[in-house]
Amino acid sequence: MSVAIQGFGVYVPKYRIKVADIAGVWGKNAIEIEKSLGLLEKSVAAPDEDSVTQAFEAARLAIISANITPTSIDVCFVGSESHPYAVNPTSTIIAEFLGIGRNYLSVDLQFACKAATAGIIAISGLIASGKASFGLIVGTDTAQAKPHDILEYTASSAAAACILGKDSDRGLATIIETSSYSSDTPDFWRRDGVKYPTHGGRFTGEPAYFTHVIGAADLLLKKTKLSPSNFDYCIFHMPNGKFPRAVAKRLGFKDKQLAPSLIVEQIGNPYSASSLLGLTSVLQFAKPGQLIFMVSYGSGAGADGFVLKVGKGIIQKRKVVPQVDDFIKDKKYISYVQYLRFGGKI
Amino acid sequence: MNVSILGASTSKFGELWQTSPRDLVKDVVAESIDQAGVTKSKIQAVFVGNMLSGTLGGQDHLGAFFAEELGLSVPAMKIEGACASGGLAVHAGVLAVSSGLYETVLVVGVEKMTDHKPEEVAKALMGAGADAEREAGATFPALYALMARAHMQKYGTTEEHLASVAVKNHYHASLNSHAQFPFTVTIEQVLKSPTVASPLKLLDCSPITDGAAALILTKNQVPRTKNKKVINIVASAVATDTLGVAQREDLTTLKAAVNASKKAYEQAGIGPKDIDVAEVHDCFTIAEIIAMEDLEFFGKGEAASAINKGKTKLGGRKNGTTDNLIVNTSGGLKAVGHPVGATGVKQIVEIYQQLIGQSGKKQVEGAAVGLTHNVGGSGATAVVHILKRE
Repeated sequence: MSVAIQGFGVYVPKYRIKVADIAGVWGKNAIEIEKSLGLLEKSVAAPDEDSVTQAFEAARLAIISANITPTSIDVCFVGSESHPYAVNPTSTIIAEFLGIGRNYLSVDLQFACKAATAGIIAISGLIASGKASFGLIVGTDTAQAKPHDILEYTASSAAAACILGKDSDRGLATIIETSSYSSDTPDFWRRDGVKYPTHGGRFTGEPAYFTHVIGAADLLLKKTKLSPSNFDYCIFHMPNGKFPRAVAKRLGFKDKQLAPSLIVEQIGNPYSASSLLGLTSVLQFAKPGQLIFMVSYGSGAGADGFVLKVGKGIIQKRKVVPQVDDFIKDKKYISYVQYLRFGGKI
Repeated sequence: MNVSILGASTSKFGELWQTSPRDLVKDVVAESIDQAGVTKSKIQAVFVGNMLSGTLGGQDHLGAFFAEELGLSVPAMKIEGACASGGLAVHAGVLAVSSGLYETVLVVGVEKMTDHKPEEVAKALMGAGADAEREAGATFPALYALMARAHMQKYGTTEEHLASVAVKNHYHASLNSHAQFPFTVTIEQVLKSPTVASPLKLLDCSPITDGAAALILTKNQVPRTKNKKVINIVASAVATDTLGVAQREDLTTLKAAVNASKKAYEQAGIGPKDIDVAEVHDCFTIAEIIAMEDLEFFGKGEAASAINKGKTKLGGRKNGTTDNLIVNTSGGLKAVGHPVGATGVKQIVEIYQQLIGQSGKKQVEGAAVGLTHNVGGSGATAVVHILKRE
């Protein structure tokens, strides 16, 4: 039995801080930073927002998009590295407010920026085996970075949610194949009780992001016997604007296949939501029958690959809920001092 | 001095995340021993040049560490002198052999830097500086930027002059398969690279690097090397100066380098005009300009424009008035990389390969006399060696 994405919802907080404003505080050349990281601004959660509120907003829209009753959802997974509670699941909080009822399997997932895509693979297995009819997966993060750390320019906030179900004519995109590539590679981490993550500088590139993304991508191409030229779009996790461009080029994808997914330029890297927001960005333009190649990445490290075929439901469903560009355009700039206050740093 | 080089090897320099210091050293030692044509049991002492193994890697006692790794039960010790650790280890090896106490010794230089965060490495490196410099928050790019400013003010040296050092050394590195950055850069690319400490840009600075190098030294001058050429170390000189730059009379020269080179020329019985090829400590581009003047290859204020005109670049002999001198054929610290404890040993390896005529595309034709210049800190230690083909 094949599985399809039946509904999609996103949420991007309206506040933005410009990379130039952060660079100015630390005496850095803004143009050099913008050029080296490949982005201009990032989204910032308001003081009364967190990963739970963002997840709820995105999930609410996903249920509307899927056009199902909340109680028909059997599984609710939430992937994040900024769950507000160390113990007390985000997934049950949002399920309660969404009205999913009580008869559902719930768990929080954590795998840096790829927790949500791992959830998609897990839920797909439950649906394919007949253990579940509909599953909700949310990737949500209010990513924090230590002031003056290079991550401060990119770590942002957003959520993306999708409803998975049996493949049908109503589907947004059918999951054709998946792949995963994992290893113990400590490129980025945050120990329990520590407020900000630590990263391994340039070690986050070659042995971490590129090795794992390419590993999952190669496996996916091998399993499907397809080549980059067979795809209409490609999507890669976006820790910055450079890495997805570099990995796409190495794998043999063209700029025009990648460009529609690059939400990083406007909103930065919302960790667990990054690659899924790239997918929603592509789904704004994609036509039924087109093929999408997507690989997420999570530090620690692992990557999940997906081949998706756009379904007929896309035409109708993108009309019923706000799309990612609607959220990207609805923005209000804040100063660095406001940014510190919003993030609880002062 | 009666010290000859029997074998010499360097590892690939770069971000060697998959390779441990043990493996780096094992590989270069195995190759050096193979070149030397001696059995391991002939090695009577081991000198290890290293700066940061304790601070960054939590591993001190490197003499015994590597002796054990190599299966040797001989006197072994770590020699530390900041970025001149490698040069000092060679100096210790030369002393050991020339004293007559040991016949054949192994000198190793090794550093593992890229496994650590850049800010941790920058802080660890400042262990080579003075208290006041650390308290002021200075880093080595900042200290060399002060020297660059002083040199620019006093001699009219320009940022383009500085950039030309990087361009030359990257060109040489493009011919070196062991280099961290084996590609060319342009003056414009250097000038447009991000500022690290004005006037020094990113491409004016040597990188953080992993790497190792090894030498087999002996008092026996009978050629046992495969190439049958005898390369002697005819001078090994060390000098020191104040740790901090604030106590120095002149920021446009390194007194330790001047004094070490004078001693070295005296030991060798030759002068700067006799040198065919030199490896100098270009931790920053300004450092090579100052080195050229400290070593008396050029008069004060004359090196920058000479380098800019390509006189010390491979092929530069056709154009210039500098006789045979070609500088940093390896690519220098700038482009081959700077694993601090290994650099001073690598410089000797490079000159050795030049003198035996095995430098491939970067060979300086007819090179018979070579010099190395290795600096610790901002000039508190300088080590100069002169090598000569018999």
